[in-house]
Amino acid sequence: MLLIACPWCGERDETEYHYGGQAHVAHPADPHALSDAEWGAYLFVRDNPKGEFAERWMHAAGCRRWFNVVRHTVTHDISAVYPAGQPRPVPPSDEHSEVTA
Amino acid sequence: MPDQLPEHPDWLWRTPDPKPSYDVVVVGAGGHGLATAYYLARNHGISNVAVLERGWLAGGNMARNTTIIRSNYLCEESAAIYEHALKLWEGLPEELEYDFLFSQRGVLNLAHTLQDVREGTRRVGANRLGGVDAEWLDPDEVRAFCPIVNTSPDVRYPVLGATLQPRAGIAKHDHVAWALARKADEHGVDLIQNCEVTGFVRDGGGRVVGVETTRGRIGAGRVALAAAGHTSTLTDLLGLRLPIQSHPLQALVSELLEPVHPTVVMSNHVHVYVSQAHKGELVMGAGIDSYNGYGQRGSFHQIEHQMAAALELFPIFARAHVLRTWGGIVDVTPDASPIIGLTPVENLYLNCGWGTGGFKATPASGWVYADTIAHGRPHQLAAPFALERFATGALIDEHGAAAVAH
Ligand SMILES: Cc1cc2nc3c(=O)[nH]c(=O)nc-3n(C[C@H](O)[C@H](O)[C@H](O)COP(=O)(O)OP(=O)(O)OC[C@H]3O[C@@H](n4cnc5c(N)ncnc54)[C@H](O)[C@@H]3O)c2cc1C
Ligand SMILES: [Zn+2]
Repeated sequence: MLLIACPWCGERDETEYHYGGQAHVAHPADPHALSDAEWGAYLFVRDNPKGEFAERWMHAAGCRRWFNVVRHTVTHDISAVYPAGQPRPVPPSDEHSEVTA
Repeated sequence: MPDQLPEHPDWLWRTPDPKPSYDVVVVGAGGHGLATAYYLARNHGISNVAVLERGWLAGGNMARNTTIIRSNYLCEESAAIYEHALKLWEGLPEELEYDFLFSQRGVLNLAHTLQDVREGTRRVGANRLGGVDAEWLDPDEVRAFCPIVNTSPDVRYPVLGATLQPRAGIAKHDHVAWALARKADEHGVDLIQNCEVTGFVRDGGGRVVGVETTRGRIGAGRVALAAAGHTSTLTDLLGLRLPIQSHPLQALVSELLEPVHPTVVMSNHVHVYVSQAHKGELVMGAGIDSYNGYGQRGSFHQIEHQMAAALELFPIFARAHVLRTWGGIVDVTPDASPIIGLTPVENLYLNCGWGTGGFKATPASGWVYADTIAHGRPHQLAAPFALERFATGALIDEHGAAAVAH
């Protein structure tokens, strides 16, 4: 069972949460401008990486708020937890610190 | 002492080194990849074929599933392909000259609510119109067919009836894989294990003309994916995004018990299904873990949940023990139906999305896929399952028939 830290309530068992799939999927600004294939992709296609995945969880048996988690889909290691609406945190890496330095 | 050990039994297939190129390269030696290679050779005379497998043959979902075979799906398109499979199963032990313990002991899908009853009777009607054997049983008939199911009216979710498909049943999955592998090998197909596909070779026009593997580059006239839960990791390399999510799906077995359970019982509502294997272990499972996962293991509360459900239906199992639990990685689509056919990438073929229920389809999946690859157009039974349905909206919604019941 996963142990997930709700940003508001702290660490709780997976069974308290509801899964919401990929995070950061924006509703198309103008759905009428999309082709059927583009609309179908928005409805049905989500990333499915073997590795780090930014995903949504909802604390159903607690505060009932949605938030985002970056979890590794093989090891289940959780590297970030952050409120919905915030961008995915950039992982600290050598490459990145060069760019921002 | 090594000289006192018995001889190794005869190998069922060769262990060839990969050739520089093949007419068709199949990726994945699960049931679907093996059946595809077998029917490419048997039905279409295409035997210059390799099946590449990153691990060992049938080490994926093929030997992790709970072996339920049935064709009582709701939609015409699904019933047609699953019934084609069931008819093939009925002749396969003889054709493959291998007794893999295919046992048509029937499958009961229990109804516990008014909605279940309506769904079940509707499905029985649809199945009969489609030529699939189906019956509706009342609680007394359920008890007569499977005496160990608790049909008492004073449980939390009383059994109100059940659908029965008499020709449904189980088979021994690893032996099915070996039977297909032996015959494919006899037809000249190269089965190459420990050979992971890590990339695609494309020509100037973007056509796929080969694969990169951990054993070097292998040329291919056509590349046919049969990689189940790992399909996205391959198509991502081509920038082809698919409506698939990979989830853990778990199952468990008890210790060996005397034969007590004559059939297969599934309950969507109480959330478990149970059969008894030939050796005697109770085999049970339920739904997927909610999150995406490639780790071949899920969360323990899923196991706890399905055991509780099993005890609700079968009080007689109260003293049985869990011997082993395990998980596979299943490729789930938005409509719980598979994706079969051509892709926007020339020479690349797709067969995936069988999710929690592809074992039963193994022979038909291989049959229609081989035909699709051989002719470069969808087989009639495969056409409705093309990738395009996610743009046209012609989904084949089988959540009712495929969510908990596999
Ligand atoms: C616990 C569980 C219970 C199930 N119960 C049932 C059931 O009762 N009835 C039913 O009908 N279905 C059931 N299923 C579903 C069924 O097992 C699958 O739908 C079916 O096995 C998928 O087809 P396959 O056998 O070809 O897949 P797999 O056996 O998973 O084959 C895919 C193969 O591709 C290989 N591969 C992946 N990536 C690469 C690569 N890059 N290079 C080379 N090889 C690669 C994998 O190693 C694997 O061997 C169950 C599944 C699970 C996990
Ligand atoms: Zn909370």
